[in-house]
Amino acid sequence: MTFNGWIQIAVFCAIIIALARPLGGYLMRVVEGERTLLSPIFGPVERGLYRLSGIDPKQEQSWLSYALAMIVFKAGGFVLLYAILRLQPVLPLNPDGQGAITPDLAFNTAISFLTNTNWQSYGGESTMSYLSQMLGLTVQNFISAAAGIAVAVAVIRGFARRSAGTIGNFWTDMVRVTLYILLPICFVGALVIVWQGVPQTFMGEVTATTLEGAKQVISLGPVASQEAIKMLGTNGGGFFNANSAHPFENPTALTNMMQVLAIFALGGALTNTFGRMVRDERQGWAVFAAMGLLFLVGVGVLYWSEAHANPLLAQLGMDSSLGNMEGKEVRFGIAQSALFSTVTTDASCGAVDAMMESFLPLGGMVPLVNMMLGEIVFGGVGSGLYGFLLFAIVAVFVAGLMVGRTPEYLGKKIEAREMKLTILGILCLPLVMLGFTALAVVLPGPLGALSAAGPHGFTEALYAYVSGAANNGSAFAGISANTPFWNTTLGIDMVVGRFFVMIPVLGIAGAMAAKKTVPASAGTFPTNGPLFVGLVIGVIVIVGGLTFFPSLALGPIVEHYAMNAGTLY
Amino acid sequence: MLRHLRPTIVMLLGLSIITGVIYPLAVTGIAKIAFPFQAGGSIIERDGKPIGSALIGQNFTGPRYFHPRPSATTDTDPADSTKTIAAPYNAANSSGSNLGPTAKALVDRVKDDMGKLQAENPAAKVPGDLVTTSASGLDPDISPAAAEFQVPRVAKARGLSEDAVRMLVASHTDPRWLGLLGAPHVNVLALNMALDATAK
Repeated sequence: MTFNGWIQIAVFCAIIIALARPLGGYLMRVVEGERTLLSPIFGPVERGLYRLSGIDPKQEQSWLSYALAMIVFKAGGFVLLYAILRLQPVLPLNPDGQGAITPDLAFNTAISFLTNTNWQSYGGESTMSYLSQMLGLTVQNFISAAAGIAVAVAVIRGFARRSAGTIGNFWTDMVRVTLYILLPICFVGALVIVWQGVPQTFMGEVTATTLEGAKQVISLGPVASQEAIKMLGTNGGGFFNANSAHPFENPTALTNMMQVLAIFALGGALTNTFGRMVRDERQGWAVFAAMGLLFLVGVGVLYWSEAHANPLLAQLGMDSSLGNMEGKEVRFGIAQSALFSTVTTDASCGAVDAMMESFLPLGGMVPLVNMMLGEIVFGGVGSGLYGFLLFAIVAVFVAGLMVGRTPEYLGKKIEAREMKLTILGILCLPLVMLGFTALAVVLPGPLGALSAAGPHGFTEALYAYVSGAANNGSAFAGISANTPFWNTTLGIDMVVGRFFVMIPVLGIAGAMAAKKTVPASAGTFPTNGPLFVGLVIGVIVIVGGLTFFPSLALGPIVEHYAMNAGTLY
Repeated sequence: MLRHLRPTIVMLLGLSIITGVIYPLAVTGIAKIAFPFQAGGSIIERDGKPIGSALIGQNFTGPRYFHPRPSATTDTDPADSTKTIAAPYNAANSSGSNLGPTAKALVDRVKDDMGKLQAENPAAKVPGDLVTTSASGLDPDISPAAAEFQVPRVAKARGLSEDAVRMLVASHTDPRWLGLLGAPHVNVLALNMALDATAK
């Protein structure tokens, strides 16, 4: 670890803190339907979409109607993307002649993008045409991110309103977030990364003759436009197989910093939007602080781990001063790689600029733990906030039990129905994560997909299902998961992880909106101070620890000791 | 359910056109005018023919050139399309080795490479990046230490003085961005092209 490395991480933190208020305020104005600077441009587009859809933007929906609109929209998106992928060979914009995509791979990829997971069973440059990337994947990147933010905003309204029957309108939330937030930021961001070297072209691959006379085929494409939304929407599905490690996706240390900032920017800002909408910004800062502390622990452990060379290689006489460079890029160095890997799994992004599989065991455990906790550290755009609020509810519930009072959060009583929905939302993740892993490692067929033996192989399988259910999409990428078993089970894994959290959360929002507000009294547990921050972190760590520690002990922890004892697999 | 069908279809089509057609085309158009070199993949040409991309590493094996890091990229086996073969710096199929820290294959590979490098320059310790594969398999850079390690071999093969080669390395070493972000690195293709240029 170097002083410079810590400064790089500190600069990142400072920018995220500085962005939270202005961006959070802008987000609120957008979802409240207020006029913004961009209204003259996008206002007519927005109104046109509403008119053609036959919806009244002023008419709000109950939580059930909101959830249904979201589900029908998602199902439609699935059909559209599946069709584009299957019909790829006959559709235009396929200069490199990519063939048809198999049904199970198309199923997996369509689910993967509509759930904001972006698990890559496919290899970008070797399977996808430009049309599939652009009209298929880029579009889903926008709308899955917008839907995530929409649901988070609906949940916030649930807490903010009193005796209300509605929590907003899904269509207007989704359209406004896309047009006024995602699109303009991506447009500017895409141009900046082109300046840094990210290609944006429809000319097809280039065949070069190298200095030594060999032939090198270089894949290109409209990369920048997809790259921008891939990061900002915490999607993470790369244009190329190597994702953000590929020099065309992430050519410089500057683009690397921009990418990590883009992943956290909206997640951080949403905590402020939350505070503003419940009329106490300190509530938002308390959430931000709890998330921030969990982030710092993660990045600290990961940076510490990867700053060391693999002891098994160091003892061969290799100079170990650069740290663990297997699966990392020279231009980023260890600090930027550690920062990226922590951020991408704290949020549900899943883009990678270094290969997680080649991290040292404890370094590789950090991304795994981040995802197991449900990606509530800033999290996926929208999903991070509403996932965190589930833990906040458990925390006030625990506090209520301690003093024997009905728990309250933001002036709303938390009762049996909300607790049941909360627990449902929290428990569905470990169920599919651990359940499918157990299945995969005892069946002989699926086991063949693993590239590693011993504890590392177990971690590979565990990582896949944890990443799928958490809608992350990063991988211990040695796994050959493009088989019918893995494509299908991971598809189910992703759907459960997305919608079995989203729907209970919307149910909670509906119930909250309908409640009256209880005035704060001397017995009310304040949820905007350090005590709450400590309690909620405690709840997250205990719930996560009790659920997942055995699986971590079988994977990375035992591998760590095996490595130090010199065991090879 | 049914009343959500019409907005679903309209929104999917409308947003597909906006975010999947207009947005990428607008970025492409502006990029082509403002940054034509970068937008096209930073392709370097010599005598009108492409010799590679400034951002993508390429394989060098001869003693007269600086060597890049090992690369784990593969290609389809021409003899059997269900198998893959090693194809370092295959820029149509990026990937890392994905070998875990306790993989026997990793330790064996590094041991093998270390042997060759130590024979080439017994005086110095082998820098870590010269025996580890990058995440993309297309890393265009090596660390300054990895360049320094190769200076004696390149100088000897080209009949240049070590100091002359060292000067060239120094002038092709990129520092951290603004002295802050990333890590110092040397672009191997740019350095090797400069070497060829001195020879002329």
